[in-house]
Amino acid sequence: MPGRTRASRLPRSDVDPFRETQHAPARGVANEGRMGSAVSLSPNSASPVVELSSATKRYGRVEALRGVSLTIRTGEIVAMLGPNGAGKTTSISLMLGLRQPTGGLVRLFGLPPTDRRARSRAGVMLQESGTTGVLTVRELVELFSTYYPSPLPPGQAIAMAGLDDKADARVATLSGGQRQRLYFALAICGNPEVLFLDEPTVGMDVEARRAFVASTQALATAGKTIVFTTHYLKEAEELARRIIVVDHGLVIADAAPRELMARVAAKRVSFAVSGSLPAEALSGLAVAALDVGNGRVRFLTNEPEVVLRTLFERRVPLEDLEVAGADLEEAVLSLTRRGDQA
Amino acid sequence: MRWRIPAFSLTSLALPVLFFTFFGLPFARQTLPNGVSLGAFLLASFAAYAVGSVMVYGFGIGVATERGMKVDLLMRATPVPSAIVILAKVLNALVFAGISVVVLIVYGVVVGGVRQDLTVWIAMIVRLLAGSMPFIALGFAIGYGSGPNVAPALANLIYLPLAFASGLFMPVSQLPGFVQRIAPYLPAYHFGQLAWGAVGARTEPILTSLAWLGGYTVLFLLITARAYRREQSLKFS
Repeated sequence: MPGRTRASRLPRSDVDPFRETQHAPARGVANEGRMGSAVSLSPNSASPVVELSSATKRYGRVEALRGVSLTIRTGEIVAMLGPNGAGKTTSISLMLGLRQPTGGLVRLFGLPPTDRRARSRAGVMLQESGTTGVLTVRELVELFSTYYPSPLPPGQAIAMAGLDDKADARVATLSGGQRQRLYFALAICGNPEVLFLDEPTVGMDVEARRAFVASTQALATAGKTIVFTTHYLKEAEELARRIIVVDHGLVIADAAPRELMARVAAKRVSFAVSGSLPAEALSGLAVAALDVGNGRVRFLTNEPEVVLRTLFERRVPLEDLEVAGADLEEAVLSLTRRGDQA
Repeated sequence: MRWRIPAFSLTSLALPVLFFTFFGLPFARQTLPNGVSLGAFLLASFAAYAVGSVMVYGFGIGVATERGMKVDLLMRATPVPSAIVILAKVLNALVFAGISVVVLIVYGVVVGGVRQDLTVWIAMIVRLLAGSMPFIALGFAIGYGSGPNVAPALANLIYLPLAFASGLFMPVSQLPGFVQRIAPYLPAYHFGQLAWGAVGARTEPILTSLAWLGGYTVLFLLITARAYRREQSLKFS
């Protein structure tokens, strides 16, 4: 796709982050409208890169996905965010045709994901995959390059993964972080239009992570579509232009990072109360996941200063106050709770 | 790739030569009553052992190890069809098995003074490679039916007694009586027949041996298919 550039993708204030998953197609249309003037679309950009409609997946009695609908279009950089077991890897596996949906429909470039024509255009970095260690990095990348119709020069893929100095090392001798870089090189060596990266930064050290972020951003600038999963809110915020939060097999949020951050209750507040707490003391506060018990009050909030000021004004006797950044599970929990209230 | 795994390449190339040194060289210049060179007969035995071991150990341990390391997961996500991957592995193994027989023949000729026409050796190699299908299938059955920790032991437990009982280490006539009665029902025995036939030793009718080998191929492939399907339904359904 020479000469293609990617439209800038500023967060749109008119995209409602509180809407459920079904808004994805509408967003796609909006994207195309925005891209139209700045971008020369390739002929195949008419069909979305990824399309899941009401996709469900059941492993025995476990429902890993409970009806996920989403559309990912050319040039999007999408983070799938969620706690362990949320259904991120299952979603990616369905998109790649590594697993078949129990119900619903999955399409990659408008084709069944097992279709070789679709797979030829996708690069993949999987969480648990491995390689035999007897080949060198260069040999393995060269080998994988032959699997794709129009690959990158192997040296370029190795350089983009930051493995130049290890190109002639046997795979078995690589450290965990170097191995992740190798898998990244294997993912991009086929010069794919879309990259699927399942937990790409797990096991990477700080330097490798920085190199990875830079390479990913370069690929994004070159117009590639990127779909990656992560547990880390920060990583999703840093790299993605769109964050899809998955929990318990459902998409619970699908928005640009800024809108999502505004929605997530990012601080955890907890304090002890001596004596009895008046019933109205906690009413009307902008908090989520409120929990009162064992003489402690706990909640999540985006505005700890405002909430605490209110509590002081109400002369609630706070003791042993703690304010901390909420972790992802808590943040997701706050999304889920608000979804329940809506 | 196999060259990079000394545990495999040494076992496959050196062991047949070593076994021939111990069991074959002392008799290499003798001739059997029917006029067949005993050296050539024993060399054919260990050539059959070598080809079978490349297949059983190569696929049995190789496939199980790859599955253990989830190499197959990454391969599944590439556009390369699984059948092509398997075909490539089989071709690779056939080439390697051919090399291991050539090494053994050169050793037998140079060190043991075994003399046969070149056409005889070529016929032996062709027969062994063509007849190796049940061992490829057995390798896959072990590779898909067990795990990376079990496969080496399982391959040894199956292949070594099989090779012994089939007369690949010493002629069937030298084996205990009950083993002699079992031998004609074993795949390695009929595999040996192909090799022994090539050097002129009296054998079962070749069609009988091919039928046995074909039957065992089908049996092992059925076991493989069952294990493969079970794994696919767990990993990729």
